Amino acid sequence: MSTQDAEALDVAAIREDFPILEREFNGHDLVYLDNAATSHTPDQVVDEIARYYREYNANVHRGLHQLSQEASIAYEDAHDRVAEFIGASGGREEVIFTKNTTESMNVVAYAWGLSELGPGDEVVLTEMEHHAALVTWQQICKRTGAECKYIGLTDDGQLDMDDARDTITDDTKMVSAVHVSNTLGCVNPVSELADVAHDHDALFFVDGAQAAPNRPVDVEAIDADFYAFSGHKMCGPTGIGVLYGKEHLLESMDPYLYGGMMIRKVTFEDSTWNDLPWKFEAGTPVIAQGIALAAAIDYLEDIGMESVKRHEERLAEYAYDRLTEMDDVDVYGPSPEQGRTGLVSFNLGDVHAHDLSSILNDYAVAIRAGDHCTQPLHDQLGVAASARASFYIYNTEEEVDKLVEAIEGARDLFA
Amino acid sequence: MGMGSDMYRQQILDHYKNPRNYGEIEEATFTHVGENPMCGDEITIDVVLEDDDETIEAVAFRGDGCAISQASASMLTSELRGKTLDELHAMDRDDVVDMLGVDISPMRVKCAVLAEKVAQDGADIYKGDIEDVDITRTEEDDADVPDDA
Ligand SMILES: Cc1ncc(COP(=O)(O)O)c(C=O)c1O
Repeated sequence: MSTQDAEALDVAAIREDFPILEREFNGHDLVYLDNAATSHTPDQVVDEIARYYREYNANVHRGLHQLSQEASIAYEDAHDRVAEFIGASGGREEVIFTKNTTESMNVVAYAWGLSELGPGDEVVLTEMEHHAALVTWQQICKRTGAECKYIGLTDDGQLDMDDARDTITDDTKMVSAVHVSNTLGCVNPVSELADVAHDHDALFFVDGAQAAPNRPVDVEAIDADFYAFSGHKMCGPTGIGVLYGKEHLLESMDPYLYGGMMIRKVTFEDSTWNDLPWKFEAGTPVIAQGIALAAAIDYLEDIGMESVKRHEERLAEYAYDRLTEMDDVDVYGPSPEQGRTGLVSFNLGDVHAHDLSSILNDYAVAIRAGDHCTQPLHDQLGVAASARASFYIYNTEEEVDKLVEAIEGARDLFA
Repeated sequence: MGMGSDMYRQQILDHYKNPRNYGEIEEATFTHVGENPMCGDEITIDVVLEDDDETIEAVAFRGDGCAISQASASMLTSELRGKTLDELHAMDRDDVVDMLGVDISPMRVKCAVLAEKVAQDGADIYKGDIEDVDITRTEEDDADVPDDA
């Protein structure tokens, strides 16, 4: 899709689909700017969940009865829907349902990392990695004797690609990077990183938790070996994550969880594994959540991912401009011209981000405050915590103005 | 309702902006450090005991972090003067909340109780009641809700 296809969103109509946005508290209308933590769920998706439980709730792949057939087909089709959404031409075989991005990361860390890594091997991450990747690979490295290395940042808060080329070597077996940083908002050059990784025969894992919700993703154009994201950040429910993997890699990996459903033949002595992707979905899977994720994707694609992206970029640019206008506000990450998504992390003078967030709550402005699961990055930025406003399809410039007013209120209180 | 606004009433902001007993006492009977990993709050408390080795003669604190943790340290150190270690030991979360005089939202209880925990652990270590720990951390059980993820 080209940018010409991006139409301005009909935000008023979209907001109708999200009754939660009508909430008021502390005498103000809710201004929900914590979408990078979790997004809201439109009626269309809630209805789909309700329809599943009301009309065809059954376990999948087990029963031969009507309900089980309907549930199995809907659940399997949901995998195809996700494959199509991210451009995985292998279809459902390349799409594993997990409970979230974190679990997707752990599937690869355990199923691939524990058996493939050893002393002398390196796993290369970035300094802006979310704990989902950072802690996981750090611990897998401790267990296997491999070493974790980190690609640094440029002064303007982007991934340092020169450093990437220096850090990734023939000893590197895995490169794991966020597509979009949940703290800096920058968009990493993931296909370039894939090339560097592949030049050294390393695998490339992309953490797409902050990218899949707000931009067209094509895992094959990126040439990602693995790509992970969470349904709850993109209009879906909690409890559903996706792990995309190239079929030949998933084929070669041992399962991560054992039990029912993931087996083909079991004797007292041994077992063989089911086909992809079921080999990696042990036990009763996330049936309602998986079906609901497909509905969320339908909802987003109806709007158009290019339009979602443009909408977020416009809001990010507006917020960035309004926040940087304030002398006592520090904004982290690159400028909008350098490319950033719809989230802005910042601090107001010496005011602790948790104090700021508590005061913003008086204005019913919901933001995230803390380290956003990127503690080492915050150490790097020289702050203990930051505040983060993050936008989605239903947010408006007026809401950014309300954020700014609330920040001004906090400043007066602390003056 | 309105927990936030309550939380930042004048008294808290005043103690945050003009902390009492801020500084260091070189001849302290004991000194202890603590942190609240959730906010990155850090507090060091110095205590001087009277000759009875029981009554608190002077207290000072230093550190940094959110307004709730720092105001709480400022108020607590003011309250402690003249109290005995047993009285300090008997304090609990409710006493801290009473002292602050505001509703503390569940997510922020750890910030509020940090200074009290540091003073108590410091005293207990001094008396040999608990093993020496380098640093006190406010943990899960100090709040009603888990850490933010
Ligand atoms: C970049 C990034 N990676 C991973 C995660 C983890 O996602 P989840 O908590 O859904 O596993 C998040 C969000 O919390 C994120 O922003």
